Amino acid sequence: MKVKVHVTLKSGVLDPQGKAVQHALASLGFAGVEGVRQGKYIELELAEKDPAKAREAVDAMCRQLLANTVIENYAIDIAA
Amino acid sequence: MRAAVIVFPGSNCDRDVMVALQQSMGRAPHMVWHRETGMPEVDLIVVPGGFSYGDYLRSGAMAAHSPIMKEVVRRANAGVAVLGICNGFQILTEAGLLPGVLMRNAGLKFICRDVGLRVETADSLFTRPYRKGQVVRFPIAHNDGNYFADEATLKRLEDGDRIAFRYASSDGKTDAAANPNGSLRNIAGILNERRNVLGLMPHPERLADPELGGTDGRPMFDGLVKAFAA
Repeated sequence: MKVKVHVTLKSGVLDPQGKAVQHALASLGFAGVEGVRQGKYIELELAEKDPAKAREAVDAMCRQLLANTVIENYAIDIAA
Repeated sequence: MRAAVIVFPGSNCDRDVMVALQQSMGRAPHMVWHRETGMPEVDLIVVPGGFSYGDYLRSGAMAAHSPIMKEVVRRANAGVAVLGICNGFQILTEAGLLPGVLMRNAGLKFICRDVGLRVETADSLFTRPYRKGQVVRFPIAHNDGNYFADEATLKRLEDGDRIAFRYASSDGKTDAAANPNGSLRNIAGILNERRNVLGLMPHPERLADPELGGTDGRPMFDGLVKAFAA
């Protein structure tokens, strides 16, 4: 089963990389980009067949390693 | 004093710390590979600087789950002194021994230069040889040294006298001009609640010998040796 995880910075946490990307887009002539937040996308291939169990396992993975919950949120997307 | 230095794949200040410790201790520390699950009884464990695991995922994230780190956490919780320098500080936050996180430098550049630090507390094994308010010069060399923690954590650190060092000008001002990386409240180093764990981004071991251009870092190592001599 394929599981997709998005790790994003919590709101209120400054994202200097996102800001730099925003400035670079502006200097390339892309007007009207009002904000850029950069995050991570992680794909997992799990042996688990049960979606509920898979979600539970990936949630633990996110809390222990994939995300740093001091500054990051995570979203788990389980493919059908 | 008996000491151990943890070595991860990608550590690059492990030998610098070894030399600094040897100079102060008069004998070499144990060098402990990250795959080990145990180590000899020691008074001090150093988690050195470098780029453990190539900074994959987040700086310090992979190293924090190395086999040896379980033992480092166990010893820290038992009161053994633990010093995390640079990548070592990042690893200690990821391992949950210190609060907060070290984010990408605000200016997005790797910074390698000497900085001024104001000693914020002399009440710890690591900072006892210094005076509160004293300004020292240590080098920094990092990409991810931008200290972040939520307001409640910052307040806990300040109320508990747990901020060890702040980035400061030579006359002791801890303003934005003296802040190299965007760290909240100019924080460069912090202690745990029990005060036996110190994490700091600057490198005391890199200015611990006159041949290196300065000795402001040496008192930290001499002080630890003295503390554990009794």
